[in-house]
Amino acid sequence: MNAVLQLTDVTRVHGTGAGEVHALRGISFAAHAGELVAVMGPSGSGKSTLLTIAGGLDQPTSGAVRVEGTDLVGLGQQERARMRRTSIGYVFQGLNLIPALTAAENVALPRELDGMSVRTAREEALQALEEVGIADLAERFPDDMSGGQQQRVAIARAVVGERRLILADEPTGALDTETGEGILGLLRARCDAGAAGVLVTHEARHAAWADRVVFLRDGVVVDETGTDRVEVLTERADA
Amino acid sequence: MSVKHALLALLEQEPMYGYQLRAEFERRTGTAWPLNVGQVYTTLTRLERDGLAVAGGEDGEGHLVYRITDDGRAEVASWFTTPVARTQPPRDELAIKLALAVTVPGVDVDTVIQQQRSATMAALQDYTRLKRRAAEAADGAERADLAWSLVLDSLVFGAEAEIRWLDHCEARLRRAAVEQGRAAARPPAAAPRPVGEAPARGAR
Ligand SMILES: Nc1ncnc2c1ncn2[C@@H]1O[C@H](COP(=O)(O)OP(=O)(O)O)[C@@H](O)[C@H]1O
Ligand SMILES: [Mg+2]
Repeated sequence: MNAVLQLTDVTRVHGTGAGEVHALRGISFAAHAGELVAVMGPSGSGKSTLLTIAGGLDQPTSGAVRVEGTDLVGLGQQERARMRRTSIGYVFQGLNLIPALTAAENVALPRELDGMSVRTAREEALQALEEVGIADLAERFPDDMSGGQQQRVAIARAVVGERRLILADEPTGALDTETGEGILGLLRARCDAGAAGVLVTHEARHAAWADRVVFLRDGVVVDETGTDRVEVLTERADA
Repeated sequence: MSVKHALLALLEQEPMYGYQLRAEFERRTGTAWPLNVGQVYTTLTRLERDGLAVAGGEDGEGHLVYRITDDGRAEVASWFTTPVARTQPPRDELAIKLALAVTVPGVDVDTVIQQQRSATMAALQDYTRLKRRAAEAADGAERADLAWSLVLDSLVFGAEAEIRWLDHCEARLRRAAVEQGRAAARPPAAAPRPVGEAPARGAR
């Protein structure tokens, strides 16, 4: 079974000498096509570090990071940035929407940066906004939307263009439970359609949407729940 | 759980026989608390003995049909208006287990907590899967579907609360360990220690 994301023995050390912080201490971790994996752990256990390294936004001190078979660590900056725009969708802990751009423009931006024509990028953006249920808000600016609507824009931006790996860091953070579940449903649907997803959350009821839940403590994986891959697939085929 | 009151509440709606009662009970509460038919018949016998229901003859197919009495109706009304006592044996067992784990020497409390968290998380994943399936299958119009989904919600809330409590226990134990470590490393606050003297062991 090919993993969309594969981390092998990854460490990340911040600072040097007495101020050294070991954020990750040898983590191996995979997410497969069609699978949503939740990552839980107390604050400071290394969840965000894990996600930024998986997304090519940060580099490990040692270890290997592969996305669809490509070694992110070995890539030059340019190619890594390209991977981030084409294969990896990232939903940040803060929303990170650009206030001066409409919802559609926010979603289209990564595609345009990737050299796509403005027109095609816009078409894809509208499709992604439709998928997350806010096609009618395409011309609104972030400030004129509710928190839940803004989060949907952020999800649309992460999934636009059939990205195969979706990484989400506390995407339901400031939302009420009901709205949060809606966001979870979107991630779940994307994974059911074949993407691999990694969801960082501190809410057990949100982690429960995942096929597997991985527990981090002090930069190591201490435990994991969930059916193994084969069972997950048969069950999905039965449903 | 009070099987007696649950069956009485069903009989209040209409007279039924044993298998029918079991089927109705499960239709409304899902398979969360399966009843065996023996349990149903023992309970019916007791309801009859206590004058809360009477066996009212057979239906066309020879089933013994029970119907509720006026005393039975009063009993159901009082059940619905009396709060359930706050006793939850499974949660209590966990609390007792943890209380003992932190006090009995040699127990790895972190592992006890993590194993429970994984087990409860796995159950929460199951409930969530059932909820999603129920939401996809049902048109939502059926009252019994709504009842089952409320029962699932209850299980979700329960599991969620348990995990939150385990997180809380872990955080408090960690804090306590850090404070103990600090207290042990700290010299007594009062008289400054003369240079060269052996460091005093702080005690709380
Ligand atoms: N840029 C940084 N410089 C120094 N330490 C950092 C940096 N980023 C994260 N850390 C430390 O690494 C550890 C893990 O952080 P993080 O991955 O953000 O945890 P989480 O997301 O689980 O709360 C923490 O102890 C944090 O203080
Ligand atoms: Mg974080």
